[in-house]
Amino acid sequence: MKEPEFDDLKTVLQKGLPRVSAEPLKRDLWPEMLRKLDSQQLRVPWWDWALLAGATLLLCFFPGIIPALLYQL
Amino acid sequence: MELLQRFASGDLEAFEVLFREHQADVYRWILRIVRHTATAEDLTVETFWRFYKARSRFDPGRGNCGAWLRRIGTNAALDHLRKARREVPLAEDLPSAAGIGPCEQEELRAQLQSAVNGLTPRLRITVMLALVEEEPYENIAQALGISVSAVKVRVFRGVRILRKKLTEVGVHS
Repeated sequence: MKEPEFDDLKTVLQKGLPRVSAEPLKRDLWPEMLRKLDSQQLRVPWWDWALLAGATLLLCFFPGIIPALLYQL
Repeated sequence: MELLQRFASGDLEAFEVLFREHQADVYRWILRIVRHTATAEDLTVETFWRFYKARSRFDPGRGNCGAWLRRIGTNAALDHLRKARREVPLAEDLPSAAGIGPCEQEELRAQLQSAVNGLTPRLRITVMLALVEEEPYENIAQALGISVSAVKVRVFRGVRILRKKLTEVGVHS
């Protein structure tokens, strides 16, 4: 910060909202990270559900395509 | 370098090493922005989650993992501030400044926080980092993905709004 015209405001701000630079992290967050990784990996994205619903509807309305699909498999 | 390559290919052990190496720095950076310890912890985890998800886009050759994490952390904090603006904002849970009475301090803090909360999240981040945390403009520009001149413009605009608001409540003349 080299702009001297901000010094007055800077002083007021720092008086009420002190700097937090020295605040240390009080605990290891890795266990929480692992929990998040586990929960997110199990989650099926919404578009996968939408695709499944679309395919199911398609098969319900046009059952005639089932043999064609099975033939392709 | 090898560690970063292993991380980019999805090695969880390499991710753990990077996490433990950088978690304190990322936490402190985010805390400077959100000024709430529990929120900063949550956002640190969110930052590493985004980092892990984007690992295939990470170029181990460039190697500056800390700068990339800071950028992701700033975006996570920005998203949080945007969301928090629509909800009830959290009060800070940080120690008060020395040399000022508790009641007087609380009143001043409330007035300043209200004025700062009135800024848009982008201006708020820039003003807090530049004026309160005295972070160099280059670091702020890198974390926000903008130029140093853009940071200066944001600080100038933020200062103008804050001056007006604080003069209205009699904190600043």
